[in-house]
Order: sequence, then C-alpha cells, then structure tokens
Amino acid sequence: MVKLRVNGQERTFDGDPSMPLLWYLRDELALTGTKFGCGEALCGACTVHIDGAAVRSCITAMADTEGRAVTTIEGLDPNGNHPMQKAWRNAGVPQCGYCQSGQIMQAAALLAEKSNPSDEDIDSAMAGNICRCGTYQRIRTAIKAAAKGA
Amino acid sequence: MTAILENVSRRKLLQGAVALGGLVVAVRLLPVKHVFAQAPKYGADGMPHGTVNDPKVFVSIDKDGTVSIVCHRSEMGQGVRTGVPLILADEMEADWSRVRIVQAQGDEVKYGNQDTDGSRSTRHYLKPMRECGAAMRMMLEAAAAKKLNVPVGEVEARNHEVVHKASGRKLGYGDLAADAAALPVPKELKLKDPAAFRYIGKDTPIIDLVDMTTGRAKYGQDTVLPGMKFAVIARPPVYGGKVVSVDSAEAMKVPGVEKIVQIEGTPPPSTFQPLGGVAVIARNTYAAMKGREALKIVWDDGPNKVYESKDYRGKLEASARKDGKVVRNEGDANGALAKAAKKVEAEYYLPHFAHATMEPPAATARIQDGKCEIWACVQSPQGTRDTVAKRLGLSADNVTVNVTLLGGGFGRKSKPDFAVEAALLSREIGGAPVKVVWTRTDDLHHGYYHTVSVERIEAGLDAAGKPVAWKHRTVAPSIASIFAPNVKNEAPFELSMGAVDMPFAIPNIRVENGDAEAHTRIGWFRSVSNIPHAFAVQSFAAEMAHAAGKDPKDYLLELIGPARMVDQAKAGVGWNYGEDPNLYPIDTARLRRVVELVAEKGEWGRKLPARHGLGIAVHRSFVSYVAAVVEAAVDEKGNLTVPRVDIAIDCGFFVNPERVRAQLEGACVMGMSLALKSEITFKDGRVVQNNFDTFEVARINEAPRETRVHIVPANIAVPPGGVGEPGVPPFAPALCNAIFAATGKRIRQLPIRDQLST
Repeated sequence: MVKLRVNGQERTFDGDPSMPLLWYLRDELALTGTKFGCGEALCGACTVHIDGAAVRSCITAMADTEGRAVTTIEGLDPNGNHPMQKAWRNAGVPQCGYCQSGQIMQAAALLAEKSNPSDEDIDSAMAGNICRCGTYQRIRTAIKAAAKGA
Repeated sequence: MTAILENVSRRKLLQGAVALGGLVVAVRLLPVKHVFAQAPKYGADGMPHGTVNDPKVFVSIDKDGTVSIVCHRSEMGQGVRTGVPLILADEMEADWSRVRIVQAQGDEVKYGNQDTDGSRSTRHYLKPMRECGAAMRMMLEAAAAKKLNVPVGEVEARNHEVVHKASGRKLGYGDLAADAAALPVPKELKLKDPAAFRYIGKDTPIIDLVDMTTGRAKYGQDTVLPGMKFAVIARPPVYGGKVVSVDSAEAMKVPGVEKIVQIEGTPPPSTFQPLGGVAVIARNTYAAMKGREALKIVWDDGPNKVYESKDYRGKLEASARKDGKVVRNEGDANGALAKAAKKVEAEYYLPHFAHATMEPPAATARIQDGKCEIWACVQSPQGTRDTVAKRLGLSADNVTVNVTLLGGGFGRKSKPDFAVEAALLSREIGGAPVKVVWTRTDDLHHGYYHTVSVERIEAGLDAAGKPVAWKHRTVAPSIASIFAPNVKNEAPFELSMGAVDMPFAIPNIRVENGDAEAHTRIGWFRSVSNIPHAFAVQSFAAEMAHAAGKDPKDYLLELIGPARMVDQAKAGVGWNYGEDPNLYPIDTARLRRVVELVAEKGEWGRKLPARHGLGIAVHRSFVSYVAAVVEAAVDEKGNLTVPRVDIAIDCGFFVNPERVRAQLEGACVMGMSLALKSEITFKDGRVVQNNFDTFEVARINEAPRETRVHIVPANIAVPPGGVGEPGVPPFAPALCNAIFAATGKRIRQLPIRDQLST
C-alpha cells in the first residue's frame, strides 16, 4: 500500500508497485493532463512535480512515491493562472498542445529554482522536453516573460 | 458596415466525387489507376463530398447569445478550430468572445469534406464559411426587422446585435435566435466588404489556449469511458509479416491482463487497415504493456525481411544512374549537356522519416446494438468511419467517429489503422469500450514513413555561367504502393511536388523517374515529396551558382527568370495540389517576390563572424511560395547552430497571421530535425530506431535561436494557399547552403549528424 498526495489530496494505491506514476495518474485517477510521449524519460511530456521538483512520471514507480506530494498540471494553480501558464498564453505558445503540460511543469520548476534564467539555463532545463510542432522560440519568450513577472 | 452584392448560388452537394488530384482521400474509394481517369474537378469540388455552406449545419445561437460554430476539420496544431470558424463568425458579425466551437463527428454528407491534410482547410473553406456567416447574418437582420416592424434595409448586424440605424434600437443575437433559425436560408447573399472584417487578417489567439495550458485539452490518448479496457498490440515487425504461433501463458499471469486476442492483418498493399498481430487487453495500460512483454510470438516475416537500408540506398543510386521513365522533356537536355561549356552534377540522399507526433496514435471504440462508436485523434473522420465500417462489415451509418484533439498529425493520423484496431478489439470483448494505446516504439516501428530517395541532377552552363540544360532523375518508393501491388514509380502527385513542376527558366529540361520498390508502408509526411525534391533542386541551384562564380541569391533569381506563368501542361505537371492551374498558376513573379523579400528582411550579404554563413532557398508547394535565409554557424569541432532564420511566405489571402507565423516557426524546427538528426533505417525488414534516443528530433538547444517570419500581404482577390506544409521544404536546402557558405563543405545527404566534424 502506497500513500501519497496528488494535487493536495491524500491517495492510497495498492496495485503493482512497479507501475509508473504516469499510468496511475492517467488510468486510475483520470488526470489526463499529464501526457504519455515516450515511456523512457526521453521527451518530457509526462513531467510532474514531486515535492516541487520536475520529475518524469513515466519512469517513476509508484513504490517510490510513498509519502511524496505530486503536483500535476491540473494542480499547478487552482485557476490555471500560474505565472508560467499566463506567460504561455500571452506568448501564444501552443500549437497541437500535447507536450505543453510537460513543458509548463518543467518551466515552472526552472522558475522556482532560478528567478532570472539565462538562455543557457533555459537550454539546459528545457532540452529534455520535445515539441514536435516546434514551439521552442515561444517557449523561450514565455519563460523570460514569466521571469520578468510580465 | 458596407456590403457588396455577390450572386452566390447554393452549391449542390458532391456526393462521392472523385477527381484528379483527389488521391489523398479518393484512394479509400477507388484503386489508384481509376483516380486519374476522371474528368478534372478542382479545389473543394475535387474532394469527396465537396463543401457545404448551409448555416443551419454550421451555426446555432442560444437564448443567452452564445454562438456555437461547428468545426468539421481536425485540429492538430495548425489552428483550424480557430481559423475556419473565425471566418464564419466574422461574416455573421458575431463577437468572437461569445463563440464556442463544437467539434463535428465524421459525416461528410452533412459537413462536406473533412479530410484534414494537404494544407487545404482555409483554401477550401474560406468561401463556404463566408457564405454560412453571411446567410446567418442576413437571417438575423430579417428577424430583427420583422420584430421591430421596419424594412430590412434599415437594420444592420453589428458585433452580436442588430441595430435599427434610424432609431438606434438594438436586438441581441440571443433575442433573435429562435426567429432567425425559423427563416429560410437566403438564396442571394451579401458578403461583407473585406475592409469591414473584424477578425480576418488580424491576430487571434487560438480557441484552445486555456485548455492546452491547464491540462484540460483532450486528445485521442486521453479518452476515458466507464468500464473501459486498455490494450496494446504486438504487431508484425516486418511489413506483411504474420503470426505463426503465440504462447500467451506468461502474459495471462500478469495481474490486470484480461484477454489476449489475435488480429488478422491485411497483406500488402495494406491500405489503411491494421497490420495484425497479438493484442493484450487489460485493466490499465501498464498491465497491457507488461503482458505484451511476456508474449512469446513466432513471426513469419515474409518477403520484406530483405529490407536493409544500406543495400536499398545502393539500389536507389543504381536506378538514378541510368535512364528512367521520362516525365518532363522540353528541348534537348542530353544534347545541350554534351555541348555545355561547364557541367555540374550532384546526387542527394534523403532517408525515411517517421512523423513521431508527440501523441502516439490512440483510439477508443465501443460497440452497442450493432453500432460502433469511435473516439480518436484522426485527420479524416469520414475516412475512419468508412475504413472501420468496411472491416467490421457494418454500414457507415452504424459507425460514429468522434474527433478528439490531435497531439500532432503531420499526415500520420490520416491513416486510421489504429481506430480499426480499437473497433476489432471491442468486438472481441462483446462491445465494451477499449482504448488502443500505441507506445512510442509502436509508432516508430509501424508508421507510414516518409519515402527514402536519391535525387540526381546534372546541369550544363554556357561560358558565361548561364544555365542551358537541366536533367533531374528522381527515385523513391511511392505512397501509391500502399494501395496497389507492383508500384515502382512515383505517382503524378509526387512528381509534381517539386520535380516536374520545377520553375527555372532553362531552355532544355528533362526529368526522369527511376524504378523503386517499396518494402514498408510509405505515407504522407508534412510536405511529402517536396522535401527531397526541394532539397535537391535548391541545393543544386547554389551548387550551380558556385560553379558559375555568382552570388547564390542573384543566381537563384536568374534561374527563376522573368516573371511568367510556368506552362503546367507543357511541363507535364500532373497535379497542382488539386487546384485549377488557372486559379493557382506557378507564378514566377511571386516566387521572385518571396526571394527578394526574404533577402531584404534577412539582410542578405550582411557581415557575419568567421565560420558563419548565409544560405537561401525558395520553393512553391501547396500553392504557396516560401523562401528562407538561414544563418548557420559551425564551430571548429563541427558543431552546428542556427542563430537566425528569416522566412517569407506568400500564401495569398490569409485569415489568422498569428497562426501563419506559428506554422512557419514550427516548420523551421521540423526542417531542422530532418536536416540535422532524424532517420528511420531498416535491418532485416525491421525498423532500427526504438525511441527518441535513436530517432532524434531537434530540441530547444538545437532549434534555430531566432526565426523571423515575413508574410506577403494579399487582398481577398488572391486565393488562399496552404500554410501548414509549405514552410518545411526550403529550410533544409537553405541550411545546407549556409553551411557551405560557412565552411565550404557541401552536404548532399541527410541527416547531417556528424558530417561536419573533422
């Protein structure tokens, strides 16, 4: 039995402890904002926060979430108005939108760690998140705007 | 609002029409050879079911004034759920903030053609959506006039209300909704003066922006239904392979696995039907995946086991080095080449690519009372309906297709094989809902790959460096091979994507197409055959400039020659993106204009640091014109970066410039991926790449640092062209031309990967 918090709510899980958090969120809790992209921590679409740090949920076993606080895109801000979400909308970042939850979660964690990230900081924090539509230029714009509090 | 009067006759529905150029969808109805035998019909009329312009189909108004507009095209990032309904909203004077979008189910008899590919949505729906909007506006005005008891000429619709001009009395759209809906649709429509457009031509944020930034947006992978099961499928690793035997004992022991079933494949040519294999149905996705790992399957690989990319390249090269089928012949290219003062020749190789949409394919199906309902990320919901119906032996009326958002499409999701799989599995378990999840590896191993090609070009120059002869041999397995056996040549629609329609003013031109056999499923990939053809033609133009000792931009303009319409019939252009060549000519003035615009905005010839260079390329595709200037920087170790790209598009009239810019920014990143890193290869008939570690795509640190998009303004008299695809083809050649300028190294095969490290 694994006890964890998801978006502030207490949860218990008594299934296969090797199940990745991704599938627990998507299949058991129907929190489908966290996306499946590669299953091997290669694309970042499944990024969530665990105790505030950006983590790939597709390779995080449920057994390793015991006592942890998981935040998904649905729980990043109660009204969807985290500074990064607002900056994302102002910059018109999404195209198909599929990778964007993971991108925003990764960017939000970057901003929490570095209030004024440089281009190199953005490259190194965001290089694990693939966008096949190619929204990278606007992602960079949004992160910089969020850092400026715009 | 000033209005202009236009006579618009109500268009008749085109049921089941199949025409020249309709191959993309028509093949689901007819074998390839018949498609080209029909009398030409162009534009939307050439597509099955044409268009519908009935406002009662596309728009409804609630009492509270909320306007619901149906989007019948699939959203995959191109912004269609915003752009196409916006046209209707503007024409009907609706306040966009009070519009909601309703996604249409697959039903082409009702909505007109829904096949969302070929960069066609704005091109084909500008007119019918304007007509819908104008009709609805006129019905609202008529209803208001009646209510106010004044002549209809005294009222005017303005931003969600109808105003009586003399008295200033107003009625909101909500108050008029019921009366307006009861009126007949007017036969003669007054379209808005384009000067009065409120939204069209201005930047509008996409309608799904909030959902996409909060995790609420729903894709094919996200469908959740009560009692739903989850499935993954072990498909034959080789195209055309079959299951010999399966031992599922271990798989059945995995907790959560409920059933294991075999799916019959469709032997090549497999069209859009599933490849077959063994499906594991479980209580969640993870259990299904674990169950699949535990399966022991013996495969019969079949004849495509021989497919080996390195050998195959040799075959393509051999084919390109001998005479092929002549597909364009003007003057005497061979004779002129023999007499030329200077000869230039080069051979280019481009590998297979996978679409690798960020959302791998996924579909959910449920069967109840002989009716099948599908939820899926499909580009062609009617095609999905027909394909599922055929496989299940149902009539299409008994198949419903709900279209989710698509987490990327790029052509992969035009093929509904994954939706058929879901339907077959639901049937296997008595109709309960089943979601078929494709993993990334499934996606890379069982795609409909972009073709693989060798392009060989020879040119003759006179003593002054002027081009006198052009001979291009193109060799690539054809998309037609998924529909018909023994296909060895590119189809007219492939050859007319940058090879036969090559626009240079050269007196002697010969284009040949050598034989190539397909050993895997070949499919449309964003920009299709334009990618290899434009790469070769535009790289070679710079090679000719170098041989002639001239500036690449000046020489490119010299090659394009004077402003004229290229004679498509004379050149043998078999396909003009389905459009009338008179309405959408190959206009070299427009080609020149984008070159000149991008050269000016991109500051062609600007001073650059050492080991930086500029490259230029231009290409017409999907009846739009795009030119790019790329700045490449190659360090001492051979690491490539792209500090800046300027890209100019002339797509005729456009609706939402914000999305035009987004599409071109994205096209440059996709161009960067395929130029730099992406490659699908085969060994023993199997795809070698398993995930994003081996099928690599450009990441934020590798993408162009700055992309500046320049849009050629156009009034509504210039018919709209495509936007989603035309940005991709010129990027890679412009990049490789820039690398040549920076380093003197000519790249003739993609991906570039480590070719620059010395």
